[in-house]
Amino acid sequence: MDSTTLIAIASIVTAGLTIALGSIGPALGEGRAVATALSSLAQQPDAATTITRTLFVGLAMIESIAIYCFVVSMILIFANPFWNHIIAHAAGK
Amino acid sequence: MHLSPDGIIFWQHGFLKLNATIAFTWGLMFVLAVGSKLVTRRLSTDLQRSRWQNLLEIVVTAINEQIAEVGLRQPEKYLGFLGTLFLFVAIASIFTIVPGYEPPTGSLSTTAALAICVFVAVPLFGIEDRGLGGYLRAYLKPTVIMLPFNIISELSRTLALAVRLFGNMMSGTMILAILLTITPFIFPIAMSALGLLTGMVQAYIFFILATVYIAAATRTRKPEAKAEPKPEAKAEPKPEAKIESKPEAKAEAEPKE
Repeated sequence: MDSTTLIAIASIVTAGLTIALGSIGPALGEGRAVATALSSLAQQPDAATTITRTLFVGLAMIESIAIYCFVVSMILIFANPFWNHIIAHAAGK
Repeated sequence: MHLSPDGIIFWQHGFLKLNATIAFTWGLMFVLAVGSKLVTRRLSTDLQRSRWQNLLEIVVTAINEQIAEVGLRQPEKYLGFLGTLFLFVAIASIFTIVPGYEPPTGSLSTTAALAICVFVAVPLFGIEDRGLGGYLRAYLKPTVIMLPFNIISELSRTLALAVRLFGNMMSGTMILAILLTITPFIFPIAMSALGLLTGMVQAYIFFILATVYIAAATRTRKPEAKAEPKPEAKAEPKPEAKIESKPEAKAEAEPKE
């Protein structure tokens, strides 16, 4: 197995694993956040706008972790420096 | 398939490039500036006003209210910077309706630039409000040991601002591009609607986070000194008056309807 194949395999597998494992945590966290927000909305309906706004801000912060994993995965697939280097090397030969 | 509008290059000379990001950014700036100028040419203060003026008033008043709700005491001072942040990101996302357009916020350069603007603005507003000594002392606030962590948190939240906005915008356009190649047209349209929604939410998030950072840098806290309770006492009757006037306004509106 030469290095080109090895780099390709590693990039593909890592990209898939990154986004798969990386979305588990944020999904669980967002579920808990929305559940707590719903119960506090039930307890105090007149604070609805504040609770909703804080919920959205919190959700965006939690979402950004999943976004980081997505960005890494995209970089591995589309802008992979190791792949570009090895391809340039192979083309140079 | 490209990762961002940086890949579409219209013209190149040496290392100077005119890519789609720059072109779309300047297009957005043009639309915002010229549009606002056209709408505010003849402002009227009586009941008869153009609908565009009404729209702009709603937008500006809402942004002002949001800034005041986060806790900044004079929202007008920060309205220019924060309002522009929100409007630029929101309009950049809305224009995806136009065919052939790609949001410039889908490029890490644009979002990094916006995040660096926030990174520079927070100390500026903080120093303007509390003085250089007061602002720097805030870094030692819980204990002196927290100084490196406070500095690291400043840098990391700037990075988080940039990457969050970039990731959301880029994923929207990329999912659209991927779906267009493999599914019937209805799915890309649904994803485009979702992309619009997330664009607006991300614009609001960017704006609210910038506001919260500025508020954290400028707000005086209760246990600090005895001079503080006066501004706090002034700030408290205001939210109370707001809450009292809101039910009154509601009670007035209901018998009218």
